[in-house]
Amino acid sequence: MKKNQWLDHVILIIGALFMIIPIWLIFASSTHNPNTIISDGLQWLPGGNFTSVYTEVWNKSIGFSSDVNAKSMIINSMIMGLGFAIGKIIISMMAAYALVYFRMPFASLWFWLIFVTLLLPLEVRIIPSYEVVASLGMLNSFSGLILPLIASATATFFFRQFFRTIPNELLEAAQLDNAGPIRFFLDILLPLSKTMIAAIFIIMFVVGWNQYLWPIMMTTDESYNTIVMGIKQTLSDISQSSQPRYDHAFALVIFAMLPPILVIIIFQRWFIKGLVETEK
Amino acid sequence: MLALKNLVKTYENGHQAVKGVSVDIKQGEFIVLVGPSGCGKSSILRSIAGLESITGGEIHLNNRRIDNEKPASRDIAMVFQNYALYPHMTVYENLAYGLKNRGIDRDTIESKIEKVAKTLKIADYLERKPAKLSGGQRQRVAMGRAIVRDPQLFLFDEPLSNLDASLRAHMRLEIKKLQRELAVTSVYVTHDQVEAMTLADRIIVLNQGEIEQIGTPAEVYHQPASTFVASFIGSPAMNFHQAEIADGVINFEHQSIFIAEYAHLSAQTIQLGIRPEHAVLEPSKSGLSFSLTVQAVEPLGPNQLVHGLVNDKVFTALTPELHFASKQVLTLHVAKQHLHLFDKNGQRLQALAQEVAQAS
Repeated sequence: MKKNQWLDHVILIIGALFMIIPIWLIFASSTHNPNTIISDGLQWLPGGNFTSVYTEVWNKSIGFSSDVNAKSMIINSMIMGLGFAIGKIIISMMAAYALVYFRMPFASLWFWLIFVTLLLPLEVRIIPSYEVVASLGMLNSFSGLILPLIASATATFFFRQFFRTIPNELLEAAQLDNAGPIRFFLDILLPLSKTMIAAIFIIMFVVGWNQYLWPIMMTTDESYNTIVMGIKQTLSDISQSSQPRYDHAFALVIFAMLPPILVIIIFQRWFIKGLVETEK
Repeated sequence: MLALKNLVKTYENGHQAVKGVSVDIKQGEFIVLVGPSGCGKSSILRSIAGLESITGGEIHLNNRRIDNEKPASRDIAMVFQNYALYPHMTVYENLAYGLKNRGIDRDTIESKIEKVAKTLKIADYLERKPAKLSGGQRQRVAMGRAIVRDPQLFLFDEPLSNLDASLRAHMRLEIKKLQRELAVTSVYVTHDQVEAMTLADRIIVLNQGEIEQIGTPAEVYHQPASTFVASFIGSPAMNFHQAEIADGVINFEHQSIFIAEYAHLSAQTIQLGIRPEHAVLEPSKSGLSFSLTVQAVEPLGPNQLVHGLVNDKVFTALTPELHFASKQVLTLHVAKQHLHLFDKNGQRLQALAQEVAQAS
């Protein structure tokens, strides 16, 4: 038993190091002069440029024609991430509610139709999607970025499965308590789904935050650049110096990681609390 | 008060759960629907509540036809088998929810809940969530949620089946007291015949969607209308043996006794029903006697069950605690007023005179 525990710790520590070391290398390297990175490779120890590099990246536009910096790109990514997460939760909860609680003709057929869209990734249908967005005149807008992807088969599936585990007697009790469909949804289903919502929020926020191909296709205006797009853009900028600014790109990587980490930390607490309480 | 008129419920898969049930329930009466699973008792209850639509017939409550109204406007409250408390709400919020949704103001709700909490002794945990309550406490809260609304009718859907045996007996008594106190008409569904006997003013015994018998617990026990009722009510179940009757003379086990009350019956083969507790060791003057070959004895504490054979057919008797060896032959006696006669279709053959009534 004791030996096993010791082994567990070793495995966990190795796993943690495996995940953390690349991030540490990027962070340490980002505080060095770009010449050092190019000539000596990634750095293990932090250099002296921390404040200058990070303030420059945060405030100054690098490699863009207009005034686009890390701050504005993070705001864009935030809008994408939140829009994705909140929008998908609202739409998929309502879809799942309809699928589980309303007697529709061919309900399971509808469900499977939604479900099979999982087999068709975004990349496969990106050209027709572009057509649709373009003909609706939604290119270069946040609604064009968010709305076409707001329906989520994954989230609908999760909520459907979750709603089916809620005992039917609760619905019946609510019926006798004069709660109509909307009241039942808001007063009973929504509070019971808190933990589910937290889990889906984490997943969908990260999905939205990490979108790369989609915003590249849908926006040409640099003011809509998200931070994930900006990293690449910064690297390919050689207008000011002959070498790619790896320190800037690395600093952007660190910036790009912070909000999702924050979201996970905040919602994980809620998530675990809900799991422990087992309210159902 | 509550009247079911030829209630029919057919499910989408074609299964006919309720086949034309009609019953009149009086104000303040405690009615227990009892029967084996699949007999339609839950379907009837849920139809009254409006949780299921009915296929045919009518439901009237206080001279108002309610079968087309939505559940909330029927003025009915229901206690569910799994309590169905809202897990994310405190006990107080659980009780208040139905009132709040009916637009009752805050102060009225508070005073009502206070009163109910006192009656049910749940005042100490109004701020707790259902998950923090024991089974019995949840049961009380579930009843509180029904009581607080002051409905015309209470419906109970096997509310005690999730409790352990001692708590069940205790809650059974409390439900009975509470119902007497509030004098609200109640319909209670159970498959447990002890609950049915102890709680009911009148029992409705159901079998495959049809009423077998409606009667007081005593009537159902002492004058079962059919072999189904006779074997369902009473534990252990009644023994049935074939016998012949002609001109009031019953032939059973090479023995004949004349019972004047049955003299009107034509000669036929009958099912003779004998309850285990009525087969006794002491001889009676005008009864039936037969011998039982003991096979096994089950001690129950105050008495014991003796399983054996009468003419190669199984028979169970309830006797005082005595030692019987296996294969021992006992002579058992049944007083004639304790004999139940059923025709070959299982329907009770009614005695003419009053003697049966005296037995109860």
